[in-house]
Amino acid sequence: MSGMIKGKVFVLGENIDTDQMIPAEHLVYSLEDPEEKKFYGKFALSGVPATESGLPQGQIPFTAEGKFESDYKIIVASNNFGCGSSREHAPAALQIAGVQAVIATSYARIFYRNSVDGGFLIPYESKVDLSKEVSTNDKLEINEETSEVKNLTTGKTYQLNPLGSVSEIVKAGGIFKYARENGMMQ
Amino acid sequence: MMTITEKILAKHAGKSKVEPGDNVWVDVDILMTHDVCGPPTIGIFKKQFGQNAKVWDKEKVVIIPDHYIFTKDKYANRNIDILREFAKEQDLPHYYDVGTERYKGVCHMALPEEGFTRPGEILFGTDSHTCTAGAFGEFATGIGNTDAAFILGTGKIWLRVPETMQFIFEDEIHPYVMAKDLILKIIGDIGVDGATYRAMNFAGDGVKALDMEGRMTLTNMVIEAGGKNGIIEPDEVTFKYLETRTDHAYEPVLNDFDAKYHSVRVYKSKDIEPMLAKPHSPDNKSTVFEMRNTQLTRAYIGSCTGGKISDFIAAARIIKDKPVKVDTFVVPATTEIAQGLDSVKIDGKSLKEIFLNAGAQIGEASCAACLGGPADTFGRLNNDEEICISTTNRNFPGRMGSKQAQVYLASPYTVAASAINGKITDPRDFF
Ligand code: SF4
Repeated sequence: MSGMIKGKVFVLGENIDTDQMIPAEHLVYSLEDPEEKKFYGKFALSGVPATESGLPQGQIPFTAEGKFESDYKIIVASNNFGCGSSREHAPAALQIAGVQAVIATSYARIFYRNSVDGGFLIPYESKVDLSKEVSTNDKLEINEETSEVKNLTTGKTYQLNPLGSVSEIVKAGGIFKYARENGMMQ
Repeated sequence: MMTITEKILAKHAGKSKVEPGDNVWVDVDILMTHDVCGPPTIGIFKKQFGQNAKVWDKEKVVIIPDHYIFTKDKYANRNIDILREFAKEQDLPHYYDVGTERYKGVCHMALPEEGFTRPGEILFGTDSHTCTAGAFGEFATGIGNTDAAFILGTGKIWLRVPETMQFIFEDEIHPYVMAKDLILKIIGDIGVDGATYRAMNFAGDGVKALDMEGRMTLTNMVIEAGGKNGIIEPDEVTFKYLETRTDHAYEPVLNDFDAKYHSVRVYKSKDIEPMLAKPHSPDNKSTVFEMRNTQLTRAYIGSCTGGKISDFIAAARIIKDKPVKVDTFVVPATTEIAQGLDSVKIDGKSLKEIFLNAGAQIGEASCAACLGGPADTFGRLNNDEEICISTTNRNFPGRMGSKQAQVYLASPYTVAASAINGKITDPRDFF
């Protein structure tokens, strides 16, 4: 954790499932091969229906045509983010696209665990549904120490739920790094 | 003051007490993986612990290929090769290889049959329906590949202690109602994220009266409400089932009488009628009666939630001596259940004879079309126009094949009654 996560936000609605994050037909690329891996960035969130992609207006591609990385570093969504199959390609695809944090009112728990334990991104929970408060392309700044998020475009700030004891694993960058730092494995 | 879930997690974390919201590191009793998530899990395990690393305890690792079995798909077959290789290299005693006498079929039914589901224990699996084993009064839930690889190497994992939602079914259910109707009712009431992060505890005389298979139908589908785990207090029914399955010692755990619950919902079992989940979500609830006469093109009886021997006995009771009007697929979850189709008889006729005489097709033990799979999978909905009624647990778009095909989820009674009429039919018409 570096302290501050700053960047443009991409806003989504509720029940974004792992198929929308990375449609099954794109799961053929290897996550090990750097050249193949790039395609996960290209197709990240490509299964989201166009009208729901980049709220409130919609019709905004998450990764621009011809690009392998997205301009958006932060995703804001409503409830049950990451539901559906438990595939780890989903948080991996978001990370490869350049996402560092997600803010949602709730997560499907296997997605949440995969995000934290794989060290892919930070899943923040918010009591207030920020998907109704911020707009795609607003600039946000998340303070990792205080779990506060500031909308630099509108000037409003919001308090996110503290990460709690999961923050140790998030700080370490995943469960294996955490375990090594704490002498649980070689 | 603790629920069963809290007690089990406390004990496995070496603590006298835990509370919902606590994060704890627990010791794992069983780790299960299958042909879809096993290979990537093994990949992460080797990358992190080294090419020559050994699993933490080979008695506690169970590998059950079941998803993509009877297919020519080369990637699917490559996955099985990886499992076979790993089992050999690690000398794993609990590997159930395809094409051998040991082959079992669907992992969530194979685990109890082989005695790996025991009260008071903790079981993880790389499959979201691992929650099924909670029917035995243990903590069981699904995890991703990274977590599974971590457990393979260390035997430990962290967990956030969930709050417990209590669901009570007073009195016994109607004879034409099955456990599937109860869980469809609950999911419809609380929604697909109604139990996210939480344990779902099922209690009351209606639940006590269910056999182990009926109980597993309840816990199997807690994930369809977003639940972390489902749990049912172990009792005589549980112990009796386990008697013939394992001689491994276990310590049953019960809810304290003053345990704290997130919420309590009480259902009068007699109010519950045959239920449906309409396309394309398990919480798209309706009674069967409301949707009666909806035209169908197919019926499917199978999967970990609807392909148990009791499910086939129920279906066969209704189908016996009547031809089915739509293509009807019967897929036993495991090879043991497949044998049961031969040996279990109703009025002198085996279940197999009853289904075949009615015109149904019987597939080999596996997940089959429950999750679509490669195009040559038995029972897969390859055609956009299919309207299927199924005893499975998910009906998201494309789950059983075509994204346009429609899937209704229902109990084996309802699916059987509907197969005979070719349209959605209330099983009460046959009682
Ligand atoms: S039968 Fe269906 S739900 Fe059960 S494990 Fe197989 S694919 Fe999953």
